[in-house]
Amino acid sequence: MRKGRSHAFLHSANKPTKAFVLLALSYLMLGILFGLLGGIQYILPGFLKDHLSFQQTRPLHVYLVISWIFCAAHAGIYYYLPLISKRPIFWQNGVWIHFVLQSATSLIIISGFCAGYFGGREYLEFPPLMGLFIFLSWVPFAINFFATLKPNFKTAPVYIWMWSTGILFFFITLSESYLWLFDFFRNNMVRDITVQWKALGSMVGSWNMLVYGTGIYIMEQMSGNVKAARSPLSFFFYFLGLTNLMFNWGHHTYIVPAAPWVKIVAYSISMTELLLFGYIILQWRKTVSGARKNYHLLPYRFLSFADAWIFLNLVLALIISVPVWNYFTHGTHITVAHAMGTTIGINTMLLMASIFYILKTENVFAFQQNKKWVSRGAYITNLALVFFWSSLLASGVVKISGALHNETFFYIMQKSQPFFRIFTYSGIFIFVGLGVLIATSFRIVMQKKQSETIIIRKPKSVSSSKILDFND
Amino acid sequence: MPGSFFISSIHKMIKQDRMKITIFLFLFIAYIVYSIIIYTKGTKEVVSVSNSEMTEISRGKLLFQQYNCTACHQLYGLGGYLGPELTTAYSDKNRGESLMRSFLKNGGAQMPDFHLREKDITALISFLKYVDKTAITYKQN
Repeated sequence: MRKGRSHAFLHSANKPTKAFVLLALSYLMLGILFGLLGGIQYILPGFLKDHLSFQQTRPLHVYLVISWIFCAAHAGIYYYLPLISKRPIFWQNGVWIHFVLQSATSLIIISGFCAGYFGGREYLEFPPLMGLFIFLSWVPFAINFFATLKPNFKTAPVYIWMWSTGILFFFITLSESYLWLFDFFRNNMVRDITVQWKALGSMVGSWNMLVYGTGIYIMEQMSGNVKAARSPLSFFFYFLGLTNLMFNWGHHTYIVPAAPWVKIVAYSISMTELLLFGYIILQWRKTVSGARKNYHLLPYRFLSFADAWIFLNLVLALIISVPVWNYFTHGTHITVAHAMGTTIGINTMLLMASIFYILKTENVFAFQQNKKWVSRGAYITNLALVFFWSSLLASGVVKISGALHNETFFYIMQKSQPFFRIFTYSGIFIFVGLGVLIATSFRIVMQKKQSETIIIRKPKSVSSSKILDFND
Repeated sequence: MPGSFFISSIHKMIKQDRMKITIFLFLFIAYIVYSIIIYTKGTKEVVSVSNSEMTEISRGKLLFQQYNCTACHQLYGLGGYLGPELTTAYSDKNRGESLMRSFLKNGGAQMPDFHLREKDITALISFLKYVDKTAITYKQN
């Protein structure tokens, strides 16, 4: 841990960070709970059918998990802003306005879903008015980000570019996803579906920018290497990511009868990911040795898990972007595997790295006391995710095979049951693993901060004193 | 190799601080222009429907959203996987209008009974019929 970082103004930033961390973890806990209920509904068709049907559990799961990603990214950025800019947060009350608006909107949306009020659009299944509240809740965040940092983009590190891009494109894509309210978009199915895929695809890119930017920032802080985030190579991959954010969505629309060149652009952009893939392969040895060297650092361990999932999901993304294969994989659980691999394996691991980095910086003693549980939670989650991810791929293959043999939907679902069971059971373990991480985070947040003087412990069997290891 | 030449040229460009802003602005403008083309030329209407038909289709679409059918069913790949894909359900010889009507009226093993009125069922069917008509690429594949 670097010394001299606990400036007095930081303490004013701690409370909102704590509030956002707790809110984000609550979103995650509820999100996986509803995901689990949805999974059970796959293997027990009548389960909660009349009280909380899949029509409700799915939007609850999707909304809460997306909120977890955004909210945990906000928590980190609010914490890192004063550290980077060496200034207090520009508009302290704005942070609380953001928090209150966000919490109130969530409460209305969750109650609405439980009561059966829907907007019925993928990802944004709440009534359209709620979209406006979400938009408004982001305004104080954006003001605070730019007014606190006052970024000079000529010299800014890549993570500031990524966060700025994430914020800008969140506003753009959220607005774009409500274009359907106009007749021009709503009354043309092809246009409506294409724009919906376009907006949602880029929105995923916007949250990836926030999350990956966070990952790069904490990597910089842990390694102490400030050059990496300013190197041309980092910017090359940033621009590659930005190009994909803007144009890669098209590979979802191969089956939509839009103009043929939309598919050509989509395919060409998707294949630029091969550059990223090639780079990962080239850097493999370096990554592995880095992981070995820093494995004792818990936040680094989460980054290593995310690295492995980036590799697996990139392979999958490249496969499903090839038009001939896309035709078969589209509409199967292979797409879900990709979504789950990225949200749990990559985004959640990076955000957990950020949360535990903050918690460790804030209360190293509490972190030390609980770090075994953090490690256990991370292992359970990732191991269970391997089974979860593989079973989704397998059920996708069953569906493809069924479609090729003209089998009925009911028959395909019957044949997929063993894999649905595996994904539900492994979902229980993901719930347990993430539950351990969430409970441990809550415990660390709630634990009182002890004096930061070195404690001399007297081990039971050894007479000599041992100094507590601050390096984790 | 042309690939490494391409990457090293981009490297040299990015090394200049001002170029980062220029590249960003270039991409952003390209994104705006591409979006406008997508909204217009890229997504022309593929089937023609009369105004009265469109009123019924729009009502069906709104009902489809109100009941959050997308949680279980997909249209052009958007939506959940618990229920069958509905893009071409109307013209599917194993499904078709009568089967859809029956499900909408009574529900199923997993599908709740929404207690829909007859005119709402008709509006939903009109919407799904329209979607089916637009699915030219889907059927070609």
